[in-house]
Amino acid sequence: MRFGPLLTANLFRKKTRFVLTIGSFAVALFLFGFLAAVRGAFSQGVEVAGADRLVVINRTAIIQPLPLSYRDRILRIPGVKEVTHDNWFGGVYQDERNFFPQFVIDVEHQRKVYPELAVPEDQWQAFVKDRQGAVVGAATAKRFGWKVGDRIPIRGVIYPGAWEFNLDGIYHGTRKQDDESQLWFQWDYLEEKRPAFTKGLAGWYTVKIDSPDNALRIAKAIDNEFDNSSYETHTDTESNFAAGWVKQFGNIQFLILTIGSVVFFTLLLVTGNTMAIAVRERTGELAVLKAVGYSDRFVLAFVMTESLVIALIGGLLGLGLAKAFELLLTVVKTPINTVLPFFYIPTTALLTGVATALAIGIVSGFLPAVGAMRLRVVDALRRV
Amino acid sequence: MVRVDGQSNSPSLIQVRDLDKKYQRGSEEIHVLQGLNLDVAKGEFVAFMGPSGSGKTTLLNLLGGLDVPSKGTVTVDGDEITHMSRSKLTEWRARHVGFVFQMYNLIPVLTAFQNVELPLLLTKLSKSERRQHVETALHVVGLSDRMHHYPRQLSGGQEQRVTIARAIVSDPTFLLCDEPTGDLDRKSADEIMELILQLVRQHGKTVLMVTHDPVVAQRADTTLYLEKGALVGTGAPEAFSYGGAR
Repeated sequence: MRFGPLLTANLFRKKTRFVLTIGSFAVALFLFGFLAAVRGAFSQGVEVAGADRLVVINRTAIIQPLPLSYRDRILRIPGVKEVTHDNWFGGVYQDERNFFPQFVIDVEHQRKVYPELAVPEDQWQAFVKDRQGAVVGAATAKRFGWKVGDRIPIRGVIYPGAWEFNLDGIYHGTRKQDDESQLWFQWDYLEEKRPAFTKGLAGWYTVKIDSPDNALRIAKAIDNEFDNSSYETHTDTESNFAAGWVKQFGNIQFLILTIGSVVFFTLLLVTGNTMAIAVRERTGELAVLKAVGYSDRFVLAFVMTESLVIALIGGLLGLGLAKAFELLLTVVKTPINTVLPFFYIPTTALLTGVATALAIGIVSGFLPAVGAMRLRVVDALRRV
Repeated sequence: MVRVDGQSNSPSLIQVRDLDKKYQRGSEEIHVLQGLNLDVAKGEFVAFMGPSGSGKTTLLNLLGGLDVPSKGTVTVDGDEITHMSRSKLTEWRARHVGFVFQMYNLIPVLTAFQNVELPLLLTKLSKSERRQHVETALHVVGLSDRMHHYPRQLSGGQEQRVTIARAIVSDPTFLLCDEPTGDLDRKSADEIMELILQLVRQHGKTVLMVTHDPVVAQRADTTLYLEKGALVGTGAPEAFSYGGAR
């Protein structure tokens, strides 16, 4: 790298300016990484959704139940391979800030519908035999330091009272995006303890179908099956269901896009201005380079490289800090863990961040670089 | 032998014929050089004198391929440079011209060694070969012990020596010096002139220099006087004053 010392010397020429410009990139890219993680956390449900799964809820609202008797009728519909039912429990472990989702599950069919959430066979068998048994995701187990065999007390909110569970198993997602924060426990335990008027009712059904291509037809058939009943249904793909859930929080995507655009546009102006000043104050030196034989194209590439190096260092620093922040959240409890249990920056977002930083480097360096390229030695030396 | 009549029959290193340079400033046309002829042989040391605005620096820029004439030709060592493209001209400059500027124009964030090395980075020389060349050039200008100093750590005279080392490091065909002593005190100016003379006498370099200082011009083999864009005389500086021949 024979031009390395020349490039390095110029980059560090004004250390304060260099640090501030790098800092601008770092802050913007940190924000980018943070927002990408927020977006990912909100759309986690959409990402983990199986293309071959439908969700059946009460047409009125998800908080309204559906009869358990619907299971057999759904199973009879052509294309349906498996059905399981779940219920939201909504209990509190020690403190309300320790939120994690708790589901009452249909033990017999759960694993057939959600094969991606894997439980060791011996642990699963222990869970099946234990009416007060529970299985938790690896993330929640790690968060609270739980081990198989622990006793977990949970205060019921929707179903008031003290509930106690034996931790029989820990499940792991087989994909990076899988949700490892849930707690599952047996339907029989809920049925035993809940009020009589709520017995025999499920929160929703999840249906595994033969092919994603048949999703629309099967969804329509399920809803037709229960038309004009006391419990009419609304069936949708799991991903649409999850996306609808996210929309309840507002248009997160638009919000993030708007904030990101403003930040990057500002960064573009700041960096562009910095590069323009850097080139202007070196007019004489660039003229000397040209006088001693450096070509116009070399000068263009030289200024562009400078801009790109700043963008790359700042970008990597910002994304690195965002990643470090993400890792920090795995060891330090903060409100973010509670609100967004899946706070991680996807690899695609990291790559997009680097690409965006480089793109800003190119755009902000382009005009000053072209100006430097077009610089006439005679004019430049006259100005010195 | 320098000739200014355009009639030289012997092959000269630098040959200038009917050189014109005009600038447009708004609606006004400024004629900086008019029909200039010049022949400079290899190993000659020529000084250009003349009042401000007489066209000295413009002539130097044209000879160094930094600017293009409105009319006429400049031929150096058989290469006619006036019709070269910008990129060709850049390559030509790297091979044939060494520049020494009044304000030194060193890159402040590079050491003396790195400043001198700049022209060599464009060549295919290896790192050790470049080092050898740079050390030789700095030795010639007497700055072997200052090679890792930054320009701000050097005196004006030393900075100009570094500029000269940068100009000679690639062994160019000729040197163009634009007021090389203009920013120096008398003692430093004398030292720089000694150095330039050493390059001419001992190393056979051809040097063309612009100066306002008659003492400095006296050291050259020939002094040419420009006025209003035309060569108005040659000879020893004391025989001339700005405004024409005595």
